[in-house]
Amino acid sequence: MLRFAPALAVAILSLPVLAGLAGTVIPAFGYLPALGGTALTLDPFRVVLGQPGLLRSCLIALSCGVVTAAVSTALVAVFVGGWSQTRTFRFMQSLVSPLLAVPHAAAAFGLAFMIAPSGFLARLVSPWATGWTRPPDWLIVNDTFGLSLMAGLIVKEVPFLLLMVLAALPQVPVTASRQLSATLGYGRVSGFLFATWPAIYRQIRLAVFAVIAFASSAVDVAVILGPTTPAPLPVRLVEWMNDPDLSARFMASAGAVLQLGVTLGALLIWLVVEKLGGLMLMRLAARGRRLRRDASVRRVALALMGLTAAIVFGGLGVLALWSVSGLWQFPNVLPDMLSLRGWEKTLPRVGGPLMTTITVGLAATVLSTLIVVASLAREAETGRTGGNRTLFFLYLPLLVPQAGFVFGLKLFLAHGGVGATWTALVLVHLVFVLPYVFLSLSAPWRAFDTRYEAIAAGLGKSRRATFFAIRLPMLARAVFVAMAIGFAVSVGQYLPTVLIGAGRLVTITTEAVALGAGGNRRVIGIYAFLQMLLPFLGFALAALVPALLFRNRRAMKVA
Amino acid sequence: MQDPSTAGLRLEGVRIVLGERELLSIDRHVMPGETLTVMGPSGSGKSTLLAFVGGFLDPVFKGGGRVLCGGRDISRLPAQERHAGILFQDPLLFPHMSVGGNLVFAIPEAVTGRTARRELAEAALADIGLDGFFERDPDTLSGGQKARVALARVLLAEPNFLLLDEPFSKLDMQLRDQIRALVFERAKSSRLPVILVTHDAADAAAAGGDVIEIG
Repeated sequence: MLRFAPALAVAILSLPVLAGLAGTVIPAFGYLPALGGTALTLDPFRVVLGQPGLLRSCLIALSCGVVTAAVSTALVAVFVGGWSQTRTFRFMQSLVSPLLAVPHAAAAFGLAFMIAPSGFLARLVSPWATGWTRPPDWLIVNDTFGLSLMAGLIVKEVPFLLLMVLAALPQVPVTASRQLSATLGYGRVSGFLFATWPAIYRQIRLAVFAVIAFASSAVDVAVILGPTTPAPLPVRLVEWMNDPDLSARFMASAGAVLQLGVTLGALLIWLVVEKLGGLMLMRLAARGRRLRRDASVRRVALALMGLTAAIVFGGLGVLALWSVSGLWQFPNVLPDMLSLRGWEKTLPRVGGPLMTTITVGLAATVLSTLIVVASLAREAETGRTGGNRTLFFLYLPLLVPQAGFVFGLKLFLAHGGVGATWTALVLVHLVFVLPYVFLSLSAPWRAFDTRYEAIAAGLGKSRRATFFAIRLPMLARAVFVAMAIGFAVSVGQYLPTVLIGAGRLVTITTEAVALGAGGNRRVIGIYAFLQMLLPFLGFALAALVPALLFRNRRAMKVA
Repeated sequence: MQDPSTAGLRLEGVRIVLGERELLSIDRHVMPGETLTVMGPSGSGKSTLLAFVGGFLDPVFKGGGRVLCGGRDISRLPAQERHAGILFQDPLLFPHMSVGGNLVFAIPEAVTGRTARRELAEAALADIGLDGFFERDPDTLSGGQKARVALARVLLAEPNFLLLDEPFSKLDMQLRDQIRALVFERAKSSRLPVILVTHDAADAAAAGGDVIEIG
């Protein structure tokens, strides 16, 4: 049984992606017998390329990918360089890390509610400073250049990259390098960037690629914050995919291939950016530039880091407030009156989506955890970690744009008679949940002190008994955290849920994004609140259960 | 009285290699109640000898030769059937169990009944001067107390031999002599063959048996 776990994990990570890609690319060339397409043709591409404003849609998606990655990576690098191993750093880390659990859509709504002309920030300074008694007629959210879209992506990718860097840090002699470069007279930031960052970047490179792939093809964030005339490519793509006219499938497929091209383009541009960045660092280091006065740079990085946390959490707070507000006129900072009317009206309709979100999330999380634990147990038995190959498969579903393969996968699933079913949805969520569960659990699992198992074996305990009585309980906290992360990932899934659910299976996240278009702030507030409540409950349970199980065991407190 | 040629622990042509490099090669017979001390600098592979004998050698190493315990070849047996009592540098009490839980976990299955198992564990605690420690959280014990519980845990499992991996090196001086005396006294009274790995000459002297230098 255990022997097949790694193969099963690889199959779950790669087969849907490969089958999905095939199912996307082939119809793009006109071949889809079920819809009467039997001849190979480039017509679908001609239709797509003839869409108005297409170039602009593509350019926004492309620049989103590159800019988001560049800003997030630079911010994380300077912040870690400037502040690592300080109390401020640990404080900021604990402030930013929970952002990871907030679904993209909820964070985007939070941001929108903060920065919109009628949003919280404008209210804070009106009318006493601005003189506004009505919201100014500015296009901040949905701006034409996609700046707020990029901001919405950056606030979510910064915590992700920060976590990846934190995971990479122990493999690099950070303290020694810092002391050495300091004695040579280098500033904190420059010393870090010259001496330590290249080794860290090598380890987080795939994660940065995943950021580019996600940012260049994100749909939910783009629907909420992105420009509308024209919308970024991924948003238009989903419109084509959901077009009830079946012949639009060909065009949607061609559009998905275009999306793959755009993401690939963004990655290629990034390779150039990487090279230039590396050269610049090397050039500066070779000239021996000390850059000792970096206090202002450090402070800016710290402020920006704090701002990402403040703006998302503040935004979520404003969302929650909206959900219980009655009348709330501009420019009042607080609601004129509180009311539960919104909740009363919405709650009866929330039940179905809530059940789907929770059951799909739990199923995908439990399955992922079983497969990951079995794979890791097998790895410990054979002593083979699979190295870079494992990493490649783990990142595969995160590197291929979701729209690029989930659409094709949907055609396959429909063909196999498992169209918009609960099972199909769980399977698709599994593809995205598994990598995160693995990435989060593998480090503590591999770091386990195997001498405990040697002792248990010496006491005459079987492998199975040792596993269930020693290793699993001792790693319980890590397993629960990995499960909470997996559940949060499932809750946040938008595109796969929309495409596979096909309107018949809706979750809190798909409902929230769909309702976002309506602009009813109370309803959006309620759905976004539920969206962040679910992952939060997951993490609360993950903290609570081990704390109760091991309440009298001091050494089990901090794993 | 057992036949002296089969009693105890016999290492026959034991050889451990890492890639092309031979780490050690040993031919020895350790009689019940006696100690074989293996000395060498860190990185010399002396701990891999214990891993090989105990049955938990990391797959990157290759081990050859036979280990006979009481005349029986155990080198093909899985670790849990060798009944090796192991003490490491750290006491490694299972942190999620109580002190008593650690001991009860070690008692052979043949002892049945909750009360009987608990009484056995309580008696073992009393024997090492830790009366009434059954419900305690292992993390709240002092270093010396932890070391004694670890020893009691190993002995309760009725091992066939003891493997000691520098078990005294992290204890402070005064405690070290105390625990060292206790371990060897118990090993002798239980007539257990012992392999001790260390780089402390005082350990070897206290053990009193054969000494092999490797590395």
